[in-house]
Amino acid sequence: MYQYNDTDQTLIEQRVAQFRRQTESFLKGEISDDQFRALRLMNGLYIQTHAPMLRIAGPYGLLNSKQIRKLAHIARTYDKNYCHFTTRQNIQFNWPHLERVPDILEELASVQMHAIQTSGNCLRNTSTDHLAGVCIDEIEDPRPYCEIIRQWTTLHPEFAYLPRKFKIAVSGATHDRAATQFHDIGLHLVKNDAGETGFRVLVGGGLGRTPVIGQVIKPYLDKKHLLSYLEAILRIYNLFGRRDNKYKARIKILVKESGLDKFSALVEKEWLLIRDNLELAADRIETIKAQFAPPAYEVDAAQDTSFAQHQLENKAFATWVKYNTADHKVPGYRAAFLSLKAPDSPPGDMTDTQLDAVADLADRYSFSEIRSTHRQNLIFADVKQADLFELWQQLDALKLATPNNGTATDMICCPGLDFCSLANAGTIGVAKEINDALDDLDYLHDIGDVKINMSGCMNGCAHQSVGHIGILGVDKKGVEWYQLTLGGSSENEAAIGERLGPAIAKDQVTKAVTTILDVYIKQRLDEESFLDMVKRVGINPFKEQVYANN
Amino acid sequence: MQIIKDKQIVDDSWSYVADDEELKDGDISVSLARWKKDKPQLLKTSGKTGVRIGPADAVEDIAADLKDIQLIELDFPAFADGRIFSHAWLLRGRYNYQGEIRATGHFMRDQVFYLSRVGVNAFSLEKTEDLPVALSNLNDFSVNYQKSIR
Repeated sequence: MYQYNDTDQTLIEQRVAQFRRQTESFLKGEISDDQFRALRLMNGLYIQTHAPMLRIAGPYGLLNSKQIRKLAHIARTYDKNYCHFTTRQNIQFNWPHLERVPDILEELASVQMHAIQTSGNCLRNTSTDHLAGVCIDEIEDPRPYCEIIRQWTTLHPEFAYLPRKFKIAVSGATHDRAATQFHDIGLHLVKNDAGETGFRVLVGGGLGRTPVIGQVIKPYLDKKHLLSYLEAILRIYNLFGRRDNKYKARIKILVKESGLDKFSALVEKEWLLIRDNLELAADRIETIKAQFAPPAYEVDAAQDTSFAQHQLENKAFATWVKYNTADHKVPGYRAAFLSLKAPDSPPGDMTDTQLDAVADLADRYSFSEIRSTHRQNLIFADVKQADLFELWQQLDALKLATPNNGTATDMICCPGLDFCSLANAGTIGVAKEINDALDDLDYLHDIGDVKINMSGCMNGCAHQSVGHIGILGVDKKGVEWYQLTLGGSSENEAAIGERLGPAIAKDQVTKAVTTILDVYIKQRLDEESFLDMVKRVGINPFKEQVYANN
Repeated sequence: MQIIKDKQIVDDSWSYVADDEELKDGDISVSLARWKKDKPQLLKTSGKTGVRIGPADAVEDIAADLKDIQLIELDFPAFADGRIFSHAWLLRGRYNYQGEIRATGHFMRDQVFYLSRVGVNAFSLEKTEDLPVALSNLNDFSVNYQKSIR
């Protein structure tokens, strides 16, 4: 994991000092609400329904135990004892006091963390595959490039006042686990005909009000040109992206309105003028790569026989292994998911007690590292198979072992009307209701891979438009209604969900979801996944049943 | 009127002549449209010549004239209009402009650090009482991650 050098540390400390001055100036009335809004957003601070919300960067989802303990401390000291993990691998606190935010940022800086550019119309936190560096389908570890991009984006002087927010995701594996096709820029590590590794560059993807699948703008880009190419795209976007309407200001609209060919030509022309000046030196890449060297794996980890034995003897453990662990490239190791989707807890939330305990477990079982995932769970990426049984028992005691990873109750869910000032409808209550209706684990596992994503408004923070089942809360004359979509996916075969029909009343949402799942159970072919069945039969069989009584 | 120029608070010798005003003696700046229209007359005035550029203007349009222009004013209609930052970068980085680049209009004192990094070397703030703070804001950071102009 990347460790800060003096430059990194100096920069975040100076950023804290700057924000402290800005906050003091605002409280003294020297800068306007509007001006402070832009400044605070670029430090992750929103003003929400009940209190400010502070979003902290989880750089490409990677955290260490010391940082997790710091989050626990902040939750206890400055908040109401919990925090929330987001779909872009960040961490949110919902109850900080404005005057104390500079103190929180100072605490974070002491463990190499910050909230820089986690909001605002600027370059946001870069996200990646939560199994980076350990998965079996990897072409190259994307994390060193994420770190290079993190540094390039941080306090970039030219691109701090973009038309709208800008998100970059990087995937290094054949299976896209980072929703790269729905980012402003998606980068895939690929091999060219000569066997060299470079990037396929996608541009103009996005979710929100107008979901768009990103298009390939550069099939193969040499690594040395990574930053110059990003800079060329950003300069064209900064100069020509629409600023007259915030709903048309994302790069996806520029790409769509100009057409990919014209947009590519502008980027290409700009890039040719700057690329020789901005080459990424091979030794710089190597230096950063060295920071992501594999940990000291035990060579005989696969010799262990207890893992297989425990699975034979303990069905609950075997189930957890099946759903909540993933294959690892090193024999004898697995990656273990910590489910933040326990039935009685809001999706993605964690208490200070859980955070502290998880830090201890990471120290003991996974080289002190923790990752957050795009689906709002955590992962210990490097657990010895011999340790999994013990780890499972301890996670179970912490309510972090619900074996529902990748199932219908592993919902992505935004904070909704309960916390967010943008929301039109509640989400946490509905999520709990769906969870209660799907509390039979055998039934849940029989349904298998179903991704339910639910957002409380059009902004789509929970990526409802790419949920296998998407649920979007809307407001109709002060009443909460829910629009359902089917067949979305953010993975390799990216798709935007199709509208099932008219919006549904709040008390009918759970019924609609269970009806959809029942239709699937009854009409699926052997081994056919939910998404495959939706592709095969379309939405009508589901629609007929959901709206049967209306 | 005072401004910040090259990290010092100094008196400003320039005045802006609106499109419907007569040209006058002394150091004057005009809009890009006026420059294009009255270039011969402007080159004959006694003082130095500056051109004011807004976010929607294309810097390319004056690239060939830069040798005759001693001041470029980059005029913010609103502080959030980030096109100004790319204009500054293009003037310095692409067209190698060596004269004064001055931020004018509605920008914040908290933006001067980024502006200075993309090549702006003078700042005309909306409120002159902000000058000392803006001057110190030029030193907000002693380190940076990316190549720009400074």
